[in-house]
Amino acid sequence: MSFLQVDNISKRFGGLQAVKDVSFGVERGMIKAVIGPNGAGKTTLFNLISGFLTPDGGAITFVGKATHGLPPYQIAALGLSRTFQHIKIFPRMTVIENVMVGRHVRSHAGFVAGMLNLPRTWLEEKEMRVWALGVMEFLGIASFAEMEAASLSYGQQRIVELARALSGEPTMLLLDEPAAGLNMRETKNIATLISKIRDKGVTVLIVEHDMSLVMNISDEVLVLSYGEKIADATPGSVQKNPDVIRVYLGEDDA
Amino acid sequence: MFVELFFQYLVAGLTYGIIYAVVGIGFNIIYNTTGIINFAQGEFVMLGGMMAVTLFGFMPLPAAIVGAVLITMLVGALIEVVFIRWLVNPSVLRMIIITIGISILIREAALFFWGEGVRSLPYFTGNEISSLDISGVHVSPQALWSLGTCGIIVVLLNIFFKFTMLGRQMRACASNREAAALCGVPTRNMVTLSFVLSAGIGALGGCVVSPITYTQYNIGTGLAIKGFTVAVLGGLGNSMAAVAAGFVLGVVESFSIWVMPAAYKDAIAISILLVMLFVRPSGLFGNKETSRLKEF
Amino acid sequence: MRLSRVSSIFIFVVTVIAAQILTMATGTVFLLTQLTMTAYYSLIVIGLCLLMGFAGQISLGHAGFFAIGGYTSAFLTTFDLMPHREKAFVALLAKLHMIHARPDLYGGVVLTVHPVVACLVAVVLTCVVAYAIGIPVLKLKGHYLAMATLGFGTIIYSIVLGTQCLGAADGISSVPPFQIVPGLLVSGIPEARIQNYYIAWGLVAVSMVLLVNLISSRVGRALRSIHGDEDAANAMGVNTARYKLNAFVLSAVLAAVAGIFVTHFNGGIGPSEASIVKSVRYVAIVAIGGMANLWGSLMMSSVLNFLSLRGYFGALDDAVFGAILIIVMLFSPEGILSFNILQVLKELVDKGRRSKEAH
Repeated sequence: MSFLQVDNISKRFGGLQAVKDVSFGVERGMIKAVIGPNGAGKTTLFNLISGFLTPDGGAITFVGKATHGLPPYQIAALGLSRTFQHIKIFPRMTVIENVMVGRHVRSHAGFVAGMLNLPRTWLEEKEMRVWALGVMEFLGIASFAEMEAASLSYGQQRIVELARALSGEPTMLLLDEPAAGLNMRETKNIATLISKIRDKGVTVLIVEHDMSLVMNISDEVLVLSYGEKIADATPGSVQKNPDVIRVYLGEDDA
Repeated sequence: MFVELFFQYLVAGLTYGIIYAVVGIGFNIIYNTTGIINFAQGEFVMLGGMMAVTLFGFMPLPAAIVGAVLITMLVGALIEVVFIRWLVNPSVLRMIIITIGISILIREAALFFWGEGVRSLPYFTGNEISSLDISGVHVSPQALWSLGTCGIIVVLLNIFFKFTMLGRQMRACASNREAAALCGVPTRNMVTLSFVLSAGIGALGGCVVSPITYTQYNIGTGLAIKGFTVAVLGGLGNSMAAVAAGFVLGVVESFSIWVMPAAYKDAIAISILLVMLFVRPSGLFGNKETSRLKEF
Repeated sequence: MRLSRVSSIFIFVVTVIAAQILTMATGTVFLLTQLTMTAYYSLIVIGLCLLMGFAGQISLGHAGFFAIGGYTSAFLTTFDLMPHREKAFVALLAKLHMIHARPDLYGGVVLTVHPVVACLVAVVLTCVVAYAIGIPVLKLKGHYLAMATLGFGTIIYSIVLGTQCLGAADGISSVPPFQIVPGLLVSGIPEARIQNYYIAWGLVAVSMVLLVNLISSRVGRALRSIHGDEDAANAMGVNTARYKLNAFVLSAVLAAVAGIFVTHFNGGIGPSEASIVKSVRYVAIVAIGGMANLWGSLMMSSVLNFLSLRGYFGALDDAVFGAILIIVMLFSPEGILSFNILQVLKELVDKGRRSKEAH
């Protein structure tokens, strides 16, 4: 049983079969990329795994637990975190507050504890703050701590979202097009950060269009087209796979 | 005996129901053209009735009604021009709150001018004890005036939206404002027109039911909630369904007296609204996909 | 200038004490009555601020919770059980010391529920209703949520207006004073004016401390994250439905407590306390206070409610708050829940400065 196991999941929206009978596994400690032309069902797949959608059929198992049908916050508590294709930071909160929310799953203070502000609570607050700063330093954004998140540039916001996702010490991270909208320098930076994250022991599943990013850092690549799995192998094999080439470049009109 | 009573309640329910339907249609016209839910819709009904009573003091009844309707239409246009026109892409929530504020201002102004007293127009024909005997059921002629007038309003609106150029322009505006603008439809004026139209039919409805239901400075809020309930019940934007939903609400309210004290009548409409919002916000006759299509 | 939590509370307490001393010095002790009521109305406002400004959920029906608290307490403490004193249930209540015999206004003796018990029952009832209503209502968003809360408030209004045993249009009067503990009596009698002033503002102070703590805590962050982006909050492990519900219930309880205390202070309650215009008033005050600004809401509530209670707005009382709401909404580009008065003022100043430079 893989760390994350996806078995025959399908999802349909009205007349559109977004994901059809997809199965694959992600082993612990690897970086796996999901690629495919637009409309292939990649983000739908992410939403299914992270609990925003419920599959019509099939099963998803994470660290041995069935997660299909669970709400996102419960899946997050199991150690699965994610970022979003269109950045979803909390615009009016500061950067460090954004990152501290990421640590929600590793903290406990509830309504009563929050209102009474007991010593145990503000000790936990201090610990969360220190941890958040640590994550931000790891990703190079510690200097933005007290700035309002909405005031940062697009590339900086992407890293904030990444810091937030890491703050809860997830064992698996889903990254939905982390390089979208970034220039070459920022993309290289993100690639380095993702490798650093993997080296820390976090398993990464990443959707990306930027092929250099994908091919350089991934251990395995899953290719989707029109909701179906076309290939699931090492980057080198996938590059040479004729089905994959056809799906991206079209048929050769000889 | 029982059957007579049954029909008595039924007619009462239909009479109240038609005014709810008129308010609901007013909601839909503005919602269809602009996406705004105009909470001040109920105030148009109140203004129509109150102004007609005042004008009746020095002109014959038909003139008073026409005058009241025209003035209320002017108020509708003023509201649009002063508060709505210069907003850029407002959210529905923001608009509801603004229109709630507007309805409060109108209501306080009405209280200021007319006081707390209850008023009513005289019966158009006959008086409060005259009744027509229709196969054993005693129906007030005013009820027939109400049903008839509002029925004509619905028919005329239907003709307007389907067969006149102006009506079709408004429907185009509702479907896709940008496309309509590109086709040369003066969309800003369409918005004003939708407010004017809604105000007018609200005022006319208010005049016609005033003898039966009485008019008071504060009836607008309750009517707005019930009108909104009716509009949601039929599916926001669907005016024909609003008529049916209005009858349903009126009749349910009417018969509710059998099972609960009359004082709770108002709570029924709201309970229906809440249930609809929780269970089926697209309305009884709407469905999720086509609820986005805004037509008459 | 960012004040720490402690210094803000300190300034607040000092202001409250100073105001009381000022009334003594200027011979305007009668103002304490309205100042006391202002404090209670501010409880509703700060609770609503938590819900709307921080959790991002609009409520146009909060006057309903005020009414549930006030009416429940009023009813239980005025309903005479004397004619029923033979019944087993009543005897049981007597044994548990939940009811007591007391003199009424006309010299007779009535058997009513003890105010402390009535207060607890009212709070529990509010919690139950808030949970029951909150679960379906908070699944709605935007204008549907607004209309649903509006509907809830109107149902409560219809109930209190139409129910005979709740006094119908006249409301409930002759509500007895409420002795919280020996020495603290919530009552409108002139002798207890100063005591009641401090009871009321003390309640506000405690609530502010709790709320300010909550905002700065993990829960406060979670609530603000729900307001910022509900899906992202969910993905970060925040149980958004439960947090929204708890914020809703907490704000409802604050409103109910305000209702209970005002009712005993005034000796009565009427259906107008549950009306839409009251709910709109509270939303308008939170909005003009800056939305996600607890101290701003408190300040605005203190000023506006006091002026209203003193009659400064005259017949235009409700209209003023309606107008405030419209104006706030017209100038709020992203809608009511993102309104930030400091931001709006800053933009106006910037615009003014830019047009000056252009000339």
